[in-house]
Amino acid sequence: MAGRVFCSRLQPVRHLARRSALQPRRYQSGGGGAGATNTWLVLAAAGASVAAAYQVYTSNRTKPLVEQKKDAYAKSGAVHPEAVAEQQLTPSSTEAATEESAPPPESETPPPPISLPDKVPYVLVGGGTASFAAAKAIRERDPAAKVLIVTQENYSPYSRPPLSKHLWLSGDHAAAQQLKFIAPWSGGKLVDLFYNADFCKVGELMDREEGGIAVLTGTKVVGMDTKSGSISLAGGHVISYDKCLLATGGRPRTLPLFSGEKVEKHVSVYREIPDFLTLDQRLENTKRVLVVGGGFLGTELAVGMATRYREGGLQVYQLFPESGNLGLVLPPALASWTLDKVKKEGVEVFPNVTPVSVEPESGGVKVTTSSGIELTVDHVVVAVGLWPNTDLASSGQLEVDRHLGGFRVNAELQACSNVWAAGDAACFYDPHLGRRRVEHHDHAQVSGRLAGSNMAGDQQKFEHQSMFWSDVGPDVGFEATGVVDSSLPTCGVYPKTSTELLQEGGAGVDDYSKGVVFYLSREERRVVGVLTWNLFGKMDIARKVIAEGKKEGEIGRLMSQFGLEPPPKPQPQQYQ
Amino acid sequence: MSYCKREGEHRSVFLTEEDLAKPETLGSLVAEEEEDEEFGVILPNGEINWECPCLGGMPQGPCGQEFKDAFSCFHYSTAEEKGSDCIDKFRAMQECFQKYPDLYKDYEEDSEETTKTEEEGKGEKMGAEGEEKGSEQSSGGDGGSRVLTSSSVPGS
Repeated sequence: MAGRVFCSRLQPVRHLARRSALQPRRYQSGGGGAGATNTWLVLAAAGASVAAAYQVYTSNRTKPLVEQKKDAYAKSGAVHPEAVAEQQLTPSSTEAATEESAPPPESETPPPPISLPDKVPYVLVGGGTASFAAAKAIRERDPAAKVLIVTQENYSPYSRPPLSKHLWLSGDHAAAQQLKFIAPWSGGKLVDLFYNADFCKVGELMDREEGGIAVLTGTKVVGMDTKSGSISLAGGHVISYDKCLLATGGRPRTLPLFSGEKVEKHVSVYREIPDFLTLDQRLENTKRVLVVGGGFLGTELAVGMATRYREGGLQVYQLFPESGNLGLVLPPALASWTLDKVKKEGVEVFPNVTPVSVEPESGGVKVTTSSGIELTVDHVVVAVGLWPNTDLASSGQLEVDRHLGGFRVNAELQACSNVWAAGDAACFYDPHLGRRRVEHHDHAQVSGRLAGSNMAGDQQKFEHQSMFWSDVGPDVGFEATGVVDSSLPTCGVYPKTSTELLQEGGAGVDDYSKGVVFYLSREERRVVGVLTWNLFGKMDIARKVIAEGKKEGEIGRLMSQFGLEPPPKPQPQQYQ
Repeated sequence: MSYCKREGEHRSVFLTEEDLAKPETLGSLVAEEEEDEEFGVILPNGEINWECPCLGGMPQGPCGQEFKDAFSCFHYSTAEEKGSDCIDKFRAMQECFQKYPDLYKDYEEDSEETTKTEEEGKGEKMGAEGEEKGSEQSSGGDGGSRVLTSSSVPGS
């Protein structure tokens, strides 16, 4: 007789065999010998009570996510990138915002002319997280370095994640409008969105013996000459460089359906500070808002808006083609789980649909989906991805990756002599995982740092895997590293409550509340990505698994390192 | 009891505390199945596929008929507590199991609590033994009578 333990469907058979037991061990009723029917009823009643008790037990026991993460990180000794990022932000006073601390208004007239240098040794195009990280790294290796950051935005470098997270969730609306929020990892102090640095004035940069970092805002770089080594600014000024970084990020993608005079004024995209300020203001006169897109940005925004307006006044809708939120990242079961969570936060979600027509209607727009649903809303936010900004490829004679987009760079993030790229706009070679382009905050930090270091003389390859994370509402979060793409085969391991009574009636309640998902390369079944679901502080272990090229068959043996503890057991005395 | 689900190329493995603690079993539980069944346990016409390797060979062997009766009854049961009208058949199956302890050790209620830790490890071992015993039994009455007179047969 074949007794090999196949994972797939042997369990229901064993389960049935056990259920035929005449003497239930744990939940015996007083009349144990009263017959099979009584036994069954006792089991059923006990089962229902167990399920209910478990719900109560876990909901009372769940610590806030941040506390869970802090505990996990304290234990493992690792540092969460969000904590690192917070350290870099400018602390803010808790007093009422003054004129000085208000965010710099977006200037409508061109800024007054400043004396622009003709040459700066280090020129960084783009003023986001990657650029700032590069500037710091350059200064570390070359303490007297003179670094010029040139950004199209009207703000000095700032952290983007809070724009779709803390500024909506932290509860202090007034602070959010000042671009401040309570830093969860730093004991609740108030911080600015902006990176803390002693920037010097652009006109003074080249005169300072000790060098420094200067930021030229509101200025677009319209061309570059990689042969002679220079960039041209809008307005004609040319700045020569010794080393140049392209950290140009990207533009939010748009959908042609949402263009058109009458429709456009009700539609916005979302990426930069002005997008936040505009949306925030618009929502005060909005009853219904639709988010198109089910990825990180779309989901975080939908949940953020629903949370801000929990007391009423705003109905949030979300639609996307995948079957669950974050469907391009999470395996189907977890994407569904996330969908349920998002709904519980008050968002009305329409999965498995695309928008097929948009018309102006009653002061707003009517969006019709591929399944025939009509949504009449006041405002639409389109969050369907990013076009990496590679405008300079043409004048700079730089290669753009046709498949992934972005400037093609090698494993040291170099595009050509003296030119590097980092962040969202860089399509780089990862020695372990192949050619990639990653659009996450920690990657911007890690790649910015690497590029900066190499610009200042180092010769490091891309080795340290960045991570990314997301919190789906207040009690579900995950962390991930590597190639985390749901089009790859996955193997997820979840600890389950060890009581079988939760499976009464043959319909199991699969416990997806905590676990580890391994993403596998198709040909070799090698682990190329790891996602820890409601489990924090395990990214170093995950990185090791990927770096060591572990295969699917070895997953079982890896589990002890991840320290998966089963969910809390229900207390027997809570029911009779 | 640990179990596993599959949705296209995505597998989810649910492990009990006991199994999580044992790397050896984890290896076999989490590993990809080696045989690709053409159909699952239910055929496209809705009938039960007794050939499915997922049934662990239980439709065959000395208690095969009792197993099939119980499993069919459960599968077609429309009672409110699915299977609650099949208790007699399950009982019969259980009694048959108890007659062949070496073959059906895993499924014996008595062994559940005390030998839980040995059980999983023995799963594969039992299979190997089972195959040996199976061939012994089919070769003559000796095998059969040896098992019947084993001291672990309960009086019920």
